[in-house]
Amino acid sequence: METTLSLLNGFSVALEPSKLMFCLIGVFLGTAVGVLPGIGPALTVALLLPVTFKLDPAGSLIMFAGIYYGGMYGGSTTAILLNAPGESASLATALEGSKMAKAGRGGPALATSAIGSFVAGLIATIGLAFLAPWLVEIAIKFGPWDYFALMIVAFVTVSATFGDSPLRGLTSLFLGITLGLVGIDKLTGQARLTFGVPELLNGIEVTTLAVGLFAVGEALFVASKRFRDPEEIIPIKGSLWMSKEDWKRSWAPWLRGTAFGFPIGALPAGGAEVPTFLSYSTEKKLCKYPEEFGKGAIEGVAGPEAANNASAAGTLVPLLTLGLPTSATAAIMLAGFQQYGLNPGPLLFAEKPDLVWGLIASLFIANVMLVILNLPLIGLWVKLLAVPQPWLYSGILVFATMGTLAVNASPVELGLLFLFGYLGYLMRRYDYPVAPMVVGLILGPMAEAQLRRALQISLGDPMILLENPISATLLGLAFIALVAPFVMKGLNRFKAAED
Amino acid sequence: MTNDKLARGADRPALIVGLALLAVAGVVYYDASQQTITSNYGVGPTAMPYVACVGLVLLGLAHLVVAFRDGLPKPEEADTGALLWIVGGLVGLIACIAFGGGFTIAVTILFSFTARGFGRRAFAMDAAIGFVMGLTIFLVFAKLLTLLLPAGPLERLFL
Repeated sequence: METTLSLLNGFSVALEPSKLMFCLIGVFLGTAVGVLPGIGPALTVALLLPVTFKLDPAGSLIMFAGIYYGGMYGGSTTAILLNAPGESASLATALEGSKMAKAGRGGPALATSAIGSFVAGLIATIGLAFLAPWLVEIAIKFGPWDYFALMIVAFVTVSATFGDSPLRGLTSLFLGITLGLVGIDKLTGQARLTFGVPELLNGIEVTTLAVGLFAVGEALFVASKRFRDPEEIIPIKGSLWMSKEDWKRSWAPWLRGTAFGFPIGALPAGGAEVPTFLSYSTEKKLCKYPEEFGKGAIEGVAGPEAANNASAAGTLVPLLTLGLPTSATAAIMLAGFQQYGLNPGPLLFAEKPDLVWGLIASLFIANVMLVILNLPLIGLWVKLLAVPQPWLYSGILVFATMGTLAVNASPVELGLLFLFGYLGYLMRRYDYPVAPMVVGLILGPMAEAQLRRALQISLGDPMILLENPISATLLGLAFIALVAPFVMKGLNRFKAAED
Repeated sequence: MTNDKLARGADRPALIVGLALLAVAGVVYYDASQQTITSNYGVGPTAMPYVACVGLVLLGLAHLVVAFRDGLPKPEEADTGALLWIVGGLVGLIACIAFGGGFTIAVTILFSFTARGFGRRAFAMDAAIGFVMGLTIFLVFAKLLTLLLPAGPLERLFL
């Protein structure tokens, strides 16, 4: 009952004209970047952080969430029509979706992914609205040791458990944690790893690292292999609408996809790829026409698309209630909260209910806007794919520079951007995941602060971490998650989320 | 581990990454050991650097082991020419900002060089697009967001 009231209150915020405007800009941008190959929601939010610094916090955060949801919708378009997933969460969609498009059934494939995303987004957002207050009740009782343990779990799952190679994931994570050390220590004022460069005293900006790794790194990587496989857009033939048969075969995969996506997104388990592939293999097993799989089965589009949207809503649960990001986009959204001096967590629900519930309510609105934007306007999004690649990447680099200079207009900052960009290129080249590095930079200092707070309370006794049941359990889980991939090589099938 | 790989010796990229990680660990250790401020309760500002240091050393050693086993994934050959154009554009950008050339010219350099790196041959047209783009962004930032991007002689004409 209380939740319903809060949610209604949230709608009164989210339905203000200015908030609706932000929401619309967000879903529009989100769909666009989801469609364009090479740029995802994480990068877009990172680029917008400095620009939104002076705008209304609630509006900007609503826009960021719109970008996140929009990116999940837009990714399916590229996956289906280009067989080139715009973001990693659409990899599974591309498997069947592009086959459907080649068979002249691109319309129904796009429709089932848009409607499936809508259904999943709606159910998962309801899940978020009702789960969040309950988790907040629990989180209120958390001590610094519990938060520390939770962050360790996130570190391990984001970098080691679901990656191709735990070694490369952990390397990326530890480099991020090391970068997080740069600057003045907040508790004592000690300068660390600044080497006498005054620009480094404030630490490494999240925007600079994220934009460098994602935008500059990606541009260099694409340029380095641009003679490879020219992609061809498959034109949409025939009706956009789904037949009765399509509906009948789609609704169950939508619901099952949601059932995979939401809980796995909510757990600190590394983003949207795991549930999309789980959904894909489940549908393959349950399908009445297994012979169609590999040739364009609609179930193989409906399920994974629902799963990836549901997981986006799922990642917002730990982000809003615990301040714990479990995907790169969530990590950068956390930086978005922080730039306004807001710290997601139980306190935020108590102090700024309008903002939190306005944000949750806006997700419902974003979903409605997205299904409208995506179905009738699909032709517009397809045209976006025709932007010449040189201009696309030149433009991305210009915006990357702009974002970095807006944070800190100094050549040192640009030099860092360039260094991180080259690092991002090398990491892509040798198959190191970049997301753990961003998570390490953002969560590293937070984990350090919680650990030191915990040890101050215990007067320096580290056993406090193991004496509290919650933190002890979480650390145990983290340990299992760290060791498991080395024990069971089978887990490596699931690649880590890069977005 | 096959004889074939042993014959070729260690995987160079993995070896370099391993040594680089050990070097970073060394820098972190040195920096932490030079710190003067300590904390009265619990752990001070040096604890976390040491933790990071231990992690980096372990990962560095693991890379050295990998170097003598499977090595890192073999990347396909890179188009060095394209990379050099983009790197040149980025260096030009930094130099232009550092020496007070202003945002617009810097963006013009970056946009046209990157487009060239991606295979376009219409350098003058791309430079024109970059110029208009840079000036527009500068003015939008200055007038609408009241954020001043680096200004050079050209930008001062509009302020």
